[in-house]
Amino acid sequence: MSAKVTTDRQQFTGSMRFLHWLMAAMVLTMLGIGVAMVASLGDYHRLVSIHRPLGILILILVVIRFVNRCLTSLPAFPATMSSQERFAAHASEVLLYTLLFVQPLVGWGMLSAARYPIVLFGSLHLFPILPHSVMLYAALRRAHTFLAYLLFLAFIAHFGAILFHTLVVRDGMFSRMAPWRAHNLTVRRSKE
Amino acid sequence: MAPIADNQDPKTALGSGESPSEAAPIEQRPAPLTRGSMLVRLGGIGVLLLGVLGAFLYWGGWFSPQKLTPTRFVNEFERVNGTYSGFRRNHAKGVCARGFFDSNGQGTRLSKAVVFQSGRVPVIGRFSLGGGDPRASDDLSTVRGLGLQFSLSDGEQWRTAMISLPVFPFKDPQAFYGNLVSSELDPNTHQPDPAKMAAFLANNPETARALGIIKGHVPSSGFDNSTFYGLNAFRFVDADGMPTPVRWTLVPVQPYEAANAAEASQDKNFLFDALIASIVQHPLQWHLIITVGQPGDPTNDATIPWPEGREQVDVGTLTLDSVESEETSPARDINFDPLVLPAGIQPSDDPLLSARSAIYSQSFTRRAGETKEPSAITPSEVRK
Repeated sequence: MSAKVTTDRQQFTGSMRFLHWLMAAMVLTMLGIGVAMVASLGDYHRLVSIHRPLGILILILVVIRFVNRCLTSLPAFPATMSSQERFAAHASEVLLYTLLFVQPLVGWGMLSAARYPIVLFGSLHLFPILPHSVMLYAALRRAHTFLAYLLFLAFIAHFGAILFHTLVVRDGMFSRMAPWRAHNLTVRRSKE
Repeated sequence: MAPIADNQDPKTALGSGESPSEAAPIEQRPAPLTRGSMLVRLGGIGVLLLGVLGAFLYWGGWFSPQKLTPTRFVNEFERVNGTYSGFRRNHAKGVCARGFFDSNGQGTRLSKAVVFQSGRVPVIGRFSLGGGDPRASDDLSTVRGLGLQFSLSDGEQWRTAMISLPVFPFKDPQAFYGNLVSSELDPNTHQPDPAKMAAFLANNPETARALGIIKGHVPSSGFDNSTFYGLNAFRFVDADGMPTPVRWTLVPVQPYEAANAAEASQDKNFLFDALIASIVQHPLQWHLIITVGQPGDPTNDATIPWPEGREQVDVGTLTLDSVESEETSPARDINFDPLVLPAGIQPSDDPLLSARSAIYSQSFTRRAGETKEPSAITPSEVRK
């Protein structure tokens, strides 16, 4: 590879890729737990006991991830992407970051409004962030479900777009976020 | 990587000043896919996405419509009892109480929970009658409930929902649900179908046995001299991490007096009125008794009492010294979820516990968003 390539980032930084895959696993687990626990009697308690601390962990990680993203440079979009696609990719990224930040807060907020103790593990618990109001709880509880479906749809769109670019357009889209370090990055660069 | 290059605009970094859309199609696009290969790839993507969607639908129970879920369970409560805006789906009629728990320190031997260290914690509670109609007439034979929330000094909470039956009639949520279904009123006779109930009891011999135990236990004359049973087994965990199976009971200091239907008042709210009159005269007290289970005692079946002679530890005294209508009390908005537990108390393997937690939560979520209608025990009822 030419020296020029090293000045031209083609992959997200290691910390960004690490946070991406860690959070991807956590968020998918969380969506699965969420949809299973509301339909479960026998496993409800076990699942809800994981759901609460995992949600708070996601909230912490998304803040770290956002700050990390602001501090590092990003790889360019593949040249195969039209300006509309770039806009859609950017908008979906904003949507995903927003959902990952808002959804745990809504969860924390709804438990606060209902004055449930927000137990993480053992005797460790969080303080309430909203006033006591069961009407507010009911509204936030509905919002939590709505945002979960929205997050799931956003994930499906994101996953589908990456698969399409990687398997059909074949522009090396996946390698930008691949968990491993990509060497022979794009067709274009390798030709130079 | 050079920091300056890192901050370069990605678009200009792509090529030497060329617009990417001009440069890309020629340089970057690999050999075009054949029509067949394209279809296979698109199909593969479709299958993957549908697979993910299917997995989530499967976890959410969409492919098992017969599975008993919190939603179906609470729907059945509503079908049998009717729906009353803003009220609990079961134990709908109630009155709230306040007081405190004085721990004597004896419980620390079994559990590290802060509530068992010597000292006093505030308690908010709710007396209730079983059933979904918040304006039902009081009846001596109706099961009585007492929900409690202990607010611990370190900010933890302990909530427990207890009833006046010495054992629970159902061993798991399926049995409870089956009983609800068989107690639905026949549209023609407006009575439950006795054949359905008989079939239910034949299929659930443990319920028949539990009902036998319950029949042998004459209810007391009022709320104030009722014993309240925690029913489910729990695990106490001490400071060294040692678990002990336990059940708990609130035993009244007020002397037991058997209920006498012939003498009972015909007033709709006679049980609640007697409770209010009694608590105004003097604070009501109960001993919190922990029954220590032995290896082999069933912890997963609330229909079976533990053998006589199990060690009983009196861990402290609950005092309730004021009552309040649901309309003004914060207890109306408390979900007495039996799995809101402090560190040092854990659920047992009783399948009812997680189910109660899930179903109470569903009931709470529904009523939380509804308009709150006046309670049968009004603020003026409490003051008179």
